[in-house]
Amino acid sequence: MSDRPSFLRAALATPEGRAGMLAVGAIVLFGIAAPFFLPDPAAQPDIVRGALQPPSPLSPFGTDDLSRDVLARVAVGARVSLAVAAIAVALSATLGTLVGIVAGYAGGTADAVLMRLVDGALAVPRLFVLLLLLAAWERMPLLALILIIGVTGWFGTSRLVRAEVLRLRESEYVRAAEALGAGPGRVMFRHLLPNTLGPLLVAATLAVGDVILLEAGLSFLGLGVRPPTPSWGGMIYDGRAVLTTAPWVSIFPGLAIIVTVLSVNLLAGGLRAALDPRKA
Amino acid sequence: MGRWVAGRLVQAIITAAIAAVLMFFLMRAAPGDPLARLSEDRQLTPGQAAVLRERYGLDAPPATQFAAFARGLLRGDLGTSIEYGRPVTALLGERLPASLLLGGTVLLLTFGLGSWLGALQAIRRGAADRVLGAASLALYATPSFWLALVLAWLVGVEWRLLPAAGMRDPFLPMDASTGERLADLLRHLVLPALTLAAVNIAATMRYQRAAMAETLEQPYIGAARARGLGERRIRWRHGWRNALFPVVTLFGLWLPLLVAGSVFVEKIYAWPGLGALAADAVAARDYPLLMGASLLVTALVIAGSLLADLAYAALDPRVRRP
Repeated sequence: MSDRPSFLRAALATPEGRAGMLAVGAIVLFGIAAPFFLPDPAAQPDIVRGALQPPSPLSPFGTDDLSRDVLARVAVGARVSLAVAAIAVALSATLGTLVGIVAGYAGGTADAVLMRLVDGALAVPRLFVLLLLLAAWERMPLLALILIIGVTGWFGTSRLVRAEVLRLRESEYVRAAEALGAGPGRVMFRHLLPNTLGPLLVAATLAVGDVILLEAGLSFLGLGVRPPTPSWGGMIYDGRAVLTTAPWVSIFPGLAIIVTVLSVNLLAGGLRAALDPRKA
Repeated sequence: MGRWVAGRLVQAIITAAIAAVLMFFLMRAAPGDPLARLSEDRQLTPGQAAVLRERYGLDAPPATQFAAFARGLLRGDLGTSIEYGRPVTALLGERLPASLLLGGTVLLLTFGLGSWLGALQAIRRGAADRVLGAASLALYATPSFWLALVLAWLVGVEWRLLPAAGMRDPFLPMDASTGERLADLLRHLVLPALTLAAVNIAATMRYQRAAMAETLEQPYIGAARARGLGERRIRWRHGWRNALFPVVTLFGLWLPLLVAGSVFVEKIYAWPGLGALAADAVAARDYPLLMGASLLVTALVIAGSLLADLAYAALDPRVRRP
C-alpha cells in the first residue's frame, strides 16, 4: 500500500491546498495562542475598555455590551468552533466508514436494510434533525452537542464509502486476499479501508466547513454552544440587538466564520485535486 | 418506462415512511418535557399538567403514541400546536404561500444567475473565472443569518433603500391599487431572496462551469466553428443549451431550498413563511409544530429527488434500464 494517501503530501500538492493549509494553520494557532496576549474573555465588566466601544488599538474588534473584548471572544470562538467541527466530523466519518464498509462488503439483506435506513435519514434535512433533537435540551454540555452533531452526520459518508467498497470488492487484489484465506474483518479493514481513505478525506474536510456553519446556525438559535462559552453564532445573535449602534459586535464573528469555512473548503479543494484528479 | 416510474414511486414512499418513523423516535429519544414551556409560563398544577398530558397523548406508552401519530399522518392530521392551540396543518397551510413565493424566487435567481455565471466562467477562463470562483466560494462560506443581518442593517436601516422586515408595508393605504400592492410585495421580497440566492449560488455555478467546459470540448463545437458560425452563437446557442441539461435535472434537488434553507433568513426578515414558523416553534419548544414543519420539509425533499430522477430519466433513456 505504498500509494496510500498521505494527508500532508496531498494537502500541499496544489496551490489551493497550500493556501488552505496555511490559513487553517494560522486560525488554529490564533485560537491556541490568543489567551496569552488578549484579555480574558470571561472577565466581565472591564472598566478600562468600557461597553460597546468601537474598534481601537486597545481592542481591535471593539467591545460588546458587557465590555468584553470582541477579538478575544472571536479567538476563543475559533477554538470552540474548530474543536466541535473536527471532533464531530471525526465521529461521523468513523461511523459512516464502518456502516459503509460493512454494507458494501456484506451485500444482500444487510446492505439493503442499512441503505434503506440511510435513505430515510438522508431525506430529513440535517438542520431539522438537529432542531428536533436539540430543542428538548434546556442545558447542553459541549460534549453532548459534539456527539449529537457527529451522530447525525454519517449518512452521506456511509453512502460514499459503500460506493467505493462496491467498486473495489471485485478487484483482483481483494480476490487475491480472499483466495489466500483472509477473513471478512481482514479484507474490510486491512484491504478495503485504506483504499477508501482518499475520497473519505476530501468529504470529511468539506464536512468540517459545513459543520462550522451548522454549529454557528444552531448557536445563533440558542441550541448549539450555550453561553457563557463564546461561539461565533452566539456572538452574532448577541450583537443583533445593538447592530445599528455597534455593528462590530456581530460583524467580526461573521467574518471569522467566512474566513475559516473558506480556508477549510480551499484545503478540501486542494485535497480533491491531489487525490482525485478526475473530479477536480 | 411505466414500470420504472412505479418502482421509483414505491421507493419514495418507503423512504418517506422510514423517515417519518426515524423522526418520531428521534424526538421521543430527546430528553426534556414538551410541557416544560407551558408550565414555566403558567405554573401548572399537577392536575392541570395531567389533563394537558392526556390531551396531547403524552401519557401513553411510546408504541401507542406512535400508532396515534401514524394514524394522524395518514389522515393528514399532524396534531395541535401547543403554542397556538390550533391544528398544525392549518398553521403550515397559512405559511406555505409566503414560503413558496420566496423559494420560487430564490430558485429562479440561483438557477438563472448561477447557470449564466457558471457558463461565463467556462467561456472566459483566466481572471474572470478566478474572480467569480472566489466570490462564489466566499458566499458559500457565508452564514445566511449573518448576511441577512448585515443586509437588513445596511440596505434597510442605514441606506433606507428597501424594507428589511415583513412582507407588506403596514402603512400602505387600504385603497391601494393592485399594482401598488404588487410593487410593495416585490420590494419586501428583494432582500430575503437575494440573501438566500447568494449563499446558495455556488453549487449551481460549479456544476454549470464543469458542464460547460466539457461541452465546449465536444467535436460539434469545433464543427460549428469550422462552418464559420459566430463565436457568440457557438458558445451560447450550441454550447450553453446543451450544457444546461445536467443543471436542469438538478432542479428537483433544489426544491428543499424552498423551506430548509430559509429558517434563518425568514426569521430575520420576519418573512411570514414556514422557515420563520419553524424557528418560532424551536423558540417556543412547540414540538407538534416543529414536527409538522420537519415532516413537510422532508416530504418536499423526497418529492424533489423523485422529480429530479424522473426529469433525468426523461432526458436520458439509459437511466431507465437497470
